Amino acid sequence: MSKLIVSPNPHIHSKDSTQSLMRDVVIALIPAVICSVLFYGWKELLVLGVSVASCVLLEYAITRYMLKRASTVGDLSAVVTGILLALNLPYTTPWWVVFIGAVVAIGVAKLTFGGIGQNIWNPALVGRVFLLVSFPTYMTTWAKPQGLFGIDAISGATPLGAVQEGLLQGSSIQEIMAEGGYDYGQMLLANLGGSAGEVCALALLAGFIYLCVRRVIKPWITLSIFATVALVSLIFWGVNPARFTDPAFNLLTGGLILGACFMATDYVTSPMSVWGGVIFGVGIGFLTMMIRYFGSYPEGVSFAILIMNSFVPLINMAFKQKKYGRK
Amino acid sequence: MARTFSIGGVHPHDSKISRECRIEPLPIPPTVYLGVAQHIGAPAKPLVAVGDKVKVGQPIAEPGGFVSAFVHSSVSGTVKSIGPRKDLAGKDQLTIEIAVEGDDWLEGIDTSDTLVTEIPADSKAILDKIRLGGVVGLGGATFPTHVKLSPPPGSKCECLIINGCECEPYLTSDFRTLLEKGEQVVVGAAILQQVLGHVRCVFGIEVNKPEAIAHIREVIAKLGYKDMEVLPLRKRYPQGGEKQLIDAVMHRQVGSGALPISVGAVVQNVATALAVYDAVQKNKPVIDNSVTVTGECFPKQANLLVRVGTPLSFIIDHLGGMPADAAKVISGGPMMGRAIANLDAATLKGTSALLFLTEKQTRRAPESACIRCGKCADACPMGLEPFLLNRLAKAGGRLEDLEANAVQDCIECGCCLYSCPARIPLLDNIRLAKGEVLGAIRARAAAAKAAAEAAKK
Amino acid sequence: MSQTIIWTIATITVLGFLLALVLYLVAKKFKVEEDPRIDEVEKAMPGANCGGCGFAGCRAFAESAVKATDLDSHFCPVGGNDTMAKVAAILGYEVKAKAPQVAVVRCNGSCEVRPKTNEYDGYASCKVKATLYAGDTGCAFGCLGCGDCVAACQFDAIHMDPATGLPVVDEAKCTACGACAKACPKRIIELRAKGPRGMREYVSCINQDKGPAARKACANACIGCGICVKTCTHEAIVLENNVAYIDPAKCKLCRECEAVCPTGAIHGVNFPKPLDKEAVKERIAERKKKAAEAAKAAAEAAAGAVSSASLRDPVRANAPEAATNAVSSASLRDPIRANAPETAPAAANVDKNVDKKKEEA
Repeated sequence: MSKLIVSPNPHIHSKDSTQSLMRDVVIALIPAVICSVLFYGWKELLVLGVSVASCVLLEYAITRYMLKRASTVGDLSAVVTGILLALNLPYTTPWWVVFIGAVVAIGVAKLTFGGIGQNIWNPALVGRVFLLVSFPTYMTTWAKPQGLFGIDAISGATPLGAVQEGLLQGSSIQEIMAEGGYDYGQMLLANLGGSAGEVCALALLAGFIYLCVRRVIKPWITLSIFATVALVSLIFWGVNPARFTDPAFNLLTGGLILGACFMATDYVTSPMSVWGGVIFGVGIGFLTMMIRYFGSYPEGVSFAILIMNSFVPLINMAFKQKKYGRK
Repeated sequence: MARTFSIGGVHPHDSKISRECRIEPLPIPPTVYLGVAQHIGAPAKPLVAVGDKVKVGQPIAEPGGFVSAFVHSSVSGTVKSIGPRKDLAGKDQLTIEIAVEGDDWLEGIDTSDTLVTEIPADSKAILDKIRLGGVVGLGGATFPTHVKLSPPPGSKCECLIINGCECEPYLTSDFRTLLEKGEQVVVGAAILQQVLGHVRCVFGIEVNKPEAIAHIREVIAKLGYKDMEVLPLRKRYPQGGEKQLIDAVMHRQVGSGALPISVGAVVQNVATALAVYDAVQKNKPVIDNSVTVTGECFPKQANLLVRVGTPLSFIIDHLGGMPADAAKVISGGPMMGRAIANLDAATLKGTSALLFLTEKQTRRAPESACIRCGKCADACPMGLEPFLLNRLAKAGGRLEDLEANAVQDCIECGCCLYSCPARIPLLDNIRLAKGEVLGAIRARAAAAKAAAEAAKK
Repeated sequence: MSQTIIWTIATITVLGFLLALVLYLVAKKFKVEEDPRIDEVEKAMPGANCGGCGFAGCRAFAESAVKATDLDSHFCPVGGNDTMAKVAAILGYEVKAKAPQVAVVRCNGSCEVRPKTNEYDGYASCKVKATLYAGDTGCAFGCLGCGDCVAACQFDAIHMDPATGLPVVDEAKCTACGACAKACPKRIIELRAKGPRGMREYVSCINQDKGPAARKACANACIGCGICVKTCTHEAIVLENNVAYIDPAKCKLCRECEAVCPTGAIHGVNFPKPLDKEAVKERIAERKKKAAEAAKAAAEAAAGAVSSASLRDPVRANAPEAATNAVSSASLRDPIRANAPETAPAAANVDKNVDKKKEEA
């Protein structure tokens, strides 16, 4: 008989591990990845490949050779960051820009703070925003999806970009909408200009539902973002439909669904309690709408999430779970 | 939807693989080892000397304080030695060793199976019988029952809760007791009801034991007890925790550091109710208890009626010896039980199970970084934040912060460590910090008391 | 253009001056008056903030020392006598020199001699392990090996030896702050006088089990046999709860106990030469022979007729006539000491030998 193991209780453990949770996130992202490859073709595959590969390699190299500690590649968090970064970029982004994004995401936003669990801001979003302000040309050359093996893309504006452009030129929302030929059914399924991950709302929502069913994330953050965006846009649109876009348009366009389902719900950079999550979501929704309506960028989800990320420690302190038997 | 407690909790697979095994008596071992510290509180003081002849049910150690209990000989024979012996954790405990000779019971103990439903009218006499019978809480805490049944002046009991949750995976001894000795348990509950002043009595039983729920309902109807009911509870760990059960049954929460009686509740385990029945109706002290022997790797599942003080190795050998792939033996359930370091140790009154786990089932994965998922905080049935307490505990010297974050409320149920995906040893550290904070609180209370007395003079 | 630049420079300069003024006034107004000696004392301190003195840090020590009327309750184990002399000079007190100390690990149950009986799978902390159970070996007193002492040391002076599984103190770095001793839940680590040139004898075991149990758990355990107590000619060893303890104040470093210890639980460190056990044992045997002869002679002189049994037991032999006997009362407790005239030179020789060795070193 071998020696008995002795340890403090509990003696059994749940099946969840960091790796299994991250694997679930990767699985949840697969529909969106498949959709984006279908719509954008092999170029999107290149962006995805470069992004994931460089995130994983950078994480390995930095942890092993610079920080001189055990590599954390095995927990798959770098893979998640890689996929999310790729889904946040237009498929036309050159490979070296993607690589720089990965360097900022993994090297600066994640490992500088001490690696998984320690970062304040969502790494993929920091990478994305860094590229957005550093390489605006590449980052705003949106292209309409042309399908797998389709001919080269035609440059075009995203719906949000078109709206902002149009408003600057003095047109009303109705005119812009009519000109762009936007249709909500089409938005839900796909076929709009934008980042890869913005193309198919249904695929992203399917992933979100998978995560909720698997109890990887709780739905409150995402739902409160959607609710806030809908409410804020309803109020503004109700007041002046010629100047402000309507709720459905705001829910379905841009990176809102990707951000609300996958970026805002990142464990590390979101509050832990349910009510903290709701406040966090309301903040993101509100800031997103303010940036969209009044900011100089057409899209504000990334900025809104990053700003609210900074408030997470405060939210965690203010919103604690009710303790048993205490007021 | 069945009721449950309001905060936290986890859902481990219930693995009740021994649920069909009837409670069978285990043969009496050649020697028993009876520790004098089988309960919470002061250890008992031996009443016998080496060489004395003792009978089954004879008291061999008397309470060493107010919160303490009698220990009775579980066998008949000769006292061989009184001295330190290693317990299941390898620590020395004063132990009375008795060499077994025959099975000669003390006069006055009713060993027949007849159900005695007539309850003595005098509550004082009942309490005395419970005290003399050495009855302690057999749900695991082993708190002397007569102390729990004597509420401090000014507090009043409104509801007696009989804890039949058995929310720990694998354990089935309470379930089998409910099925096979339901009448005795119900009469025991009625006795407790009377002692507490004819209060309402609720059997809390989880819905994964439908047979027990039906059987106890039937028994209550048959015996015609008033104010006694069965409340099915949703399956969720740690429902059997005293505070959680009160929350589930009465929707009341016991304040930090307060006793259940402060919200009008008294909770007694099923096995305790049976022990009360035996002590009051049959004059039989706590000399045996039912123990579940189980585990997927253990060849024979069993529920055994074991004399207190039986060496664990005797039980294992009786059932065919240690399985080759068992890596851990646990006294109790997998969530709150204690891993056994010394198989020569003997059972105690509160031993409810022997569980065998394989290395794969029990080995902790290496610790990785906290990903701030908050699963520990979601799981904590006391609403604490284990991740925060763990950090504070590891920082050292943060007793004030730990107290402000209620580390002293921790019930050590293990939900945090069970649910942590990064396998951070949360409970290991929190338990230590809890001990330190409780020590500081006690020291402060003692100092305040001393100051008050000094002021009086 | 140039006007803009001039204006810019002017505004910023004025702004700078204004803000500097504000800073100056605020600093003046909120300045905390402090005894300037606190700063001086703090400067004289090692600045490790280890808490070894019992205060929260060097600053707290300095504050308390300045307030105190003498330095009896203040001692910085890290800086030692030099630092205390400086502090005393600043504050104008006298300070008594203390013998330098060092942390000593009193467990020598290495992996080889103390087999594991189970495997610990909890958090690698001695404290956690100690609250859970007796430990993963048969010895309930020995080192748990999780390195709480290593984590507690701020001077990098204690490390786990992977070969033995026991902590090893780096004497050059150890400041005797006592953090490791406090961190050890088994109270294995003791602060001991460093001894002359670091030479010291100590019992490297605190197992209180009875002999057979202790030996079963660990081949190097102190089994409480008491041979060392009987051998020691300086009354430096006491046996309590089945474990021997050498009083450093009384120990003369003769190393006889180390030679006779059957389990090797007694350790001598920093001696210039390795211990020649056989030579020491011979010396002891010779002395015992002489003692027996002397006792015999003394007994004969005192009582005239002595039974043969008394030869073996000089104490009992002189018991009735103790008052009239030339043997000192000490001999009642220690039969070996009965031969005072012979032992004294022997002990002196040992001491001389030690001194000689020191010179050689």
